[in-house]
Amino acid sequence: MSEVAAAGAQVEEPARPVRIVLAKVGLDGHDRGVKVVARALRDAGFEIIYTGLRQTPQMVVEAALQEDAQVIGLSLHSGAHMTLFPAVVEELRRRRAEDIVVFGGGIVPEDDIVELKKQGVAEIFTPGAPLQSIIDWLRNRFPAR
Amino acid sequence: MPERNLLAEFKAGNIRGLARAISLVEQRDPSVRHLLEGLANGARRPRVLGFTGAPGTGKSTLVDALVSNLRESELRVAVLAVDPNSPYSGGAILGDRIRMQRHALDPGVYIRSMGARGHLGGLSVATREAVRLLGAFGFDEVILETVGVGQSELEVAAIADTTLVVLTPGLGDGVQMIKAGIMEIADVFVVNKADLPGAQKTMQEIRSMLSMGPKLSWRAPIVGASAIKGEGVDEVLAAVERHRAHLEASGEAAERAEARLKDEAADLVAEWARAQARRLLDQDEAVAGRLRRDRIPYAAAEEILTRAGGRLVPEAART
Ligand SMILES: Nc1nc2c(ncn2[C@@H]2O[C@H](COP(=O)(O)OP(=O)(O)OP(=O)(O)O)[C@@H](O)[C@H]2O)c(=O)[nH]1
Ligand SMILES: [Mg+2]
Repeated sequence: MSEVAAAGAQVEEPARPVRIVLAKVGLDGHDRGVKVVARALRDAGFEIIYTGLRQTPQMVVEAALQEDAQVIGLSLHSGAHMTLFPAVVEELRRRRAEDIVVFGGGIVPEDDIVELKKQGVAEIFTPGAPLQSIIDWLRNRFPAR
Repeated sequence: MPERNLLAEFKAGNIRGLARAISLVEQRDPSVRHLLEGLANGARRPRVLGFTGAPGTGKSTLVDALVSNLRESELRVAVLAVDPNSPYSGGAILGDRIRMQRHALDPGVYIRSMGARGHLGGLSVATREAVRLLGAFGFDEVILETVGVGQSELEVAAIADTTLVVLTPGLGDGVQMIKAGIMEIADVFVVNKADLPGAQKTMQEIRSMLSMGPKLSWRAPIVGASAIKGEGVDEVLAAVERHRAHLEASGEAAERAEARLKDEAADLVAEWARAQARRLLDQDEAVAGRLRRDRIPYAAAEEILTRAGGRLVPEAART
């Protein structure tokens, strides 16, 4: 964050809010779940940029760069998580934007979660996870706000 | 991305440099001054189109269609989509990009969603500065989208060269718009969703409303469109071009440009002065004590202005 803000020249405006690009990757076509997550995160004070269905890893990363998002949240229910989640991480690397944090949601077996984390996905939330656990995790990750 | 790289990234045409600079503008970081003054193109202004209208009238869909059209002429286009934040949590769901996905990977298109975040003095200062950054970065056209439900549409109108008010058939939009004073800001009316019944009637209603108003040098045309079918989009752009030609021919373009610059300078003074006043009020015992004793603000305000002098310029913006 800017030293300028810390110096107190700007005392009125709040610090930079956490901006999160939420996207559905893969070909499954409903977005009820991700919209519920979007609302919960908004109510927790996050700025959510929702980009819609059937996003490719390239589209997601491009959106995150254009929007200056600190976080990408991916939702996937087609079972292609082992290819699509790492593809987003890889695309971030290619664009020299590894600092952007990636988390995912979907039906992902425990073993796959371990492997995905090794590959650079920061966290995976499975369908049983309470919304509050996502909020807590994000707040923990971005304690500034 | 470290701050010191910002200028280099921006100059190199890296989209991340631009995106981060716009974030600084959103945070009202005064150091943006040095970025803009340090750029050869810092004063280059793009052409600015403003879209406003009630929620769900099809603004984003229309913007998407217009972007396609402008891209055919090889113009570089940026979209700033401004939505209100929740007054309770400060959070927001910004969903305008959904309608613009076909431009997601076009390097000639930049789309940025902005939360209004309850900025003091509204959005205008931040949006204007973002427009400046986009012009300096090389965009030819900037399209602003904002929901017309409060103040923000007036601010958009103050920034845009041409303001388009988007209505839909039926729904009594027309009546609501008059109430909200939105009719006055329209340079072009678009009746979108003309594929639905009642479009002709809505256009007729707007026409008769306008005929009751004062005679102006520019009569806002009323264009029917179906953004979803891509119909009427050429006509919308043609109306914009006619309005631009009118602004140039009448000398209004130059007048507005000057008025805008004056607004910009005055708003900056107000913003800087306010920030420093807050600082004195919070940190300077003489000023704070005076306010406590007086219990009425005038003398304290005068003292701040008298004493602050050159210190009104925030440290980060000083040269
Ligand atoms: N029938 C019809 N529907 C349209 C047309 N244009 C947009 N829509 C639909 O209207 C709905 C809203 O469209 P948007 O483009 O998101 O509208 P908006 O004005 O940007 O909405 P907000 O940003 O939420 O205020 C979507 O379901 C669109 O598909 C049109 O020309 N005809
Ligand atoms: Mg919209």
